[in-house]
Amino acid sequence: MSILVDKNSRVIVQGFTGSEGTFHTGQMIEYGTNIVGGVTPGKGGQVHLERPIFNTVADAVKKTGANVSIIFVPPPFAADAIMEAADSGIQLVVCITEGIPVRDMISVKEYVISRNVRLLGPNCPGVITPPNTKVGIMPGFIHKPGTIGVVSRSGTLAYEAIDQISKSGLGQSTGMGIGGDPILGTTAKEAIELFMEDPGTEGMVLIGEIGGGMEAEAAYWIREHGTKPVVCFIAGATAPKGRTMGHAGAIIGGKSDTAEAKKAILRECGVHVVDSPADIGTTMLDVLKKMKKR
Amino acid sequence: MRTNPLDFMNLHEYQSKSILKKYGVAVPEGILAQTVGEAVKAAEIIQNMTGSDKWVIKAQIHAGGRGKAGGVKVVNNLNELRAQAGRIIGMQLITPQTPPEGKKVRKVLVEQNIYYPGPSEPMEFYLSVLLNRLKGHTILMYSPRGGMDIEKVAEETPDYIFTEEIDPKVGIRPFQCRKVAFNLGLSGETFKNMIKFVNAIYQAYDGSDASLVEINPVFKTSDNKILAADAKLVIDNNALFRHPDIAAMRDFDEEDPAEVEASRDDLNYVRMNGNVGCMVNGAGLAMATMDIIKLSGGEPANFLDVGGSASAKRVEQGFRIILKDPNVKAILVNIFGGIVRCDRVAQGVVDAYNNIGEIKVPIIVRLQGTNAEAGKKIIDESGLRVHSAITLREAADLVTKVMS
Repeated sequence: MSILVDKNSRVIVQGFTGSEGTFHTGQMIEYGTNIVGGVTPGKGGQVHLERPIFNTVADAVKKTGANVSIIFVPPPFAADAIMEAADSGIQLVVCITEGIPVRDMISVKEYVISRNVRLLGPNCPGVITPPNTKVGIMPGFIHKPGTIGVVSRSGTLAYEAIDQISKSGLGQSTGMGIGGDPILGTTAKEAIELFMEDPGTEGMVLIGEIGGGMEAEAAYWIREHGTKPVVCFIAGATAPKGRTMGHAGAIIGGKSDTAEAKKAILRECGVHVVDSPADIGTTMLDVLKKMKKR
Repeated sequence: MRTNPLDFMNLHEYQSKSILKKYGVAVPEGILAQTVGEAVKAAEIIQNMTGSDKWVIKAQIHAGGRGKAGGVKVVNNLNELRAQAGRIIGMQLITPQTPPEGKKVRKVLVEQNIYYPGPSEPMEFYLSVLLNRLKGHTILMYSPRGGMDIEKVAEETPDYIFTEEIDPKVGIRPFQCRKVAFNLGLSGETFKNMIKFVNAIYQAYDGSDASLVEINPVFKTSDNKILAADAKLVIDNNALFRHPDIAAMRDFDEEDPAEVEASRDDLNYVRMNGNVGCMVNGAGLAMATMDIIKLSGGEPANFLDVGGSASAKRVEQGFRIILKDPNVKAILVNIFGGIVRCDRVAQGVVDAYNNIGEIKVPIIVRLQGTNAEAGKKIIDESGLRVHSAITLREAADLVTKVMS
């Protein structure tokens, strides 16, 4: 079992023929993802990577029955691309693009909510359900089918956690990067909710970072509704105040915004918080073992 | 895809006020000066406009807390103005928000003194516009307690902090501007002026793609005008492509030279005060690596994200930037090879090491992911003073070892 994507997902690529889109589409096809076509305005009717190109998302949906879109469109045009997907019957939009202005994302968030469409990202590595469905840019080979749901604000740190989980023998039900921007389509709380409802997920790993109140929101939800264990690491305990650390969203604002403050709230709510990112996999394993003994 | 690794652009007070003015926000009369002579000329022009021979001189640096540190002075005649301008221009201003050595003042803003006598008492308020990240929309935050540290006000007297949420579909509404003015206890002409002021501030925030507009204090003069006495604007860097005029305001003098150089190489570098440098692919993993350094007994000397490719050239640029910091006693390279292969990264590290020549500090290279074993082998057989690791825990133990 899994969430968001599986082998029945019919995926189109927006920004299909650009260099990023071309490279990662090739990788996704190799992994086994059912890529049914792509969209590049003005190139409709042509063929790329043995898949049809369409001028509009609406055309692509009509002709291919696509229900998932992944976006590699450059930042000035990415907000429009998300809205086009949401307006055309796509149910899950995965936006990889980094650098979309916050003001654009305010409108996008309103728009996707009004059309009841799920957006993942932007500025995220995407979502993967091993062994054969990858809608993103993560390295497929580190993943292993299993029972752990992974939610992360960061890309390479998610790979680190996933690698540890695979090597611990557990594997993933689904792994997802929710993105490093201040406004995100899917929040940590929403991702955790999806995993709690998934019968194929036994436990979760949440990778958070400094900046914003998203991890605290997830923690309070877990305290009230959590039925499965959650292991969490928060990056940025050593980050200086007032500086953005790579991600637009990773900036310490007020006093309640530090890594320590977040960890305290998560612990209070029953989440298994690790201080070292080297301990994510082993801690998940320990927590599950202890639960099964009981 | 990144145009500039700083995600938010800071502006000087005079720049912020010039942007606000374009959107109809009332600000004190003011002119920028870089020398004492220019300051005198500015003061005379302002005197012609306002009829007053009292001014304020304000140091222009990218840091708050200037007043208490002696960077803002009221002057009551041209002699005082000359003396204070001479003192402030060129000084090293140290505030709680500057680096320990302070920041050099290169320019001052000469402004009319807005504390002039009149029919009513002057008042100070607080107003800011910012993003509510959880809800994904803009809020106004305001308080009758202006001119103070707003975090302190929020902590000690939360009843004096008001917020107003802006619906993105319709923007700010007149009833909301009225609400602000009523909650600040205003009436008559001042009330009307505050409504205009709040609306203009929001328009400036929205129109300039700001992440923050903070006016502290919002000043009510003795003749009932509402002015932005101070102004802080932070612009969303990702939106600068549609604001070339604001992008041109970037002041490289205010930035760390090593960070500016790194940004020219498209490296995302933030200098810190520790003793272990690090070079990582990805922002989250970079922060986690800094945390590992601290847990292993070191202090992170920097944040450095080399991005996805981690090619030999980028690794070399990264080494050169880290090595400029004399406090660095060791360097931890942490690359998770996903799309990029670890053996290539390892060869890049070896090449960069040889190109730079003698590196005096120990280097720990942790490579995980595609071809990690092959990468480790290349490092181990290079004969260089480089320790290799595959798991994060091995890397952490090596940091502890070289730092003890």
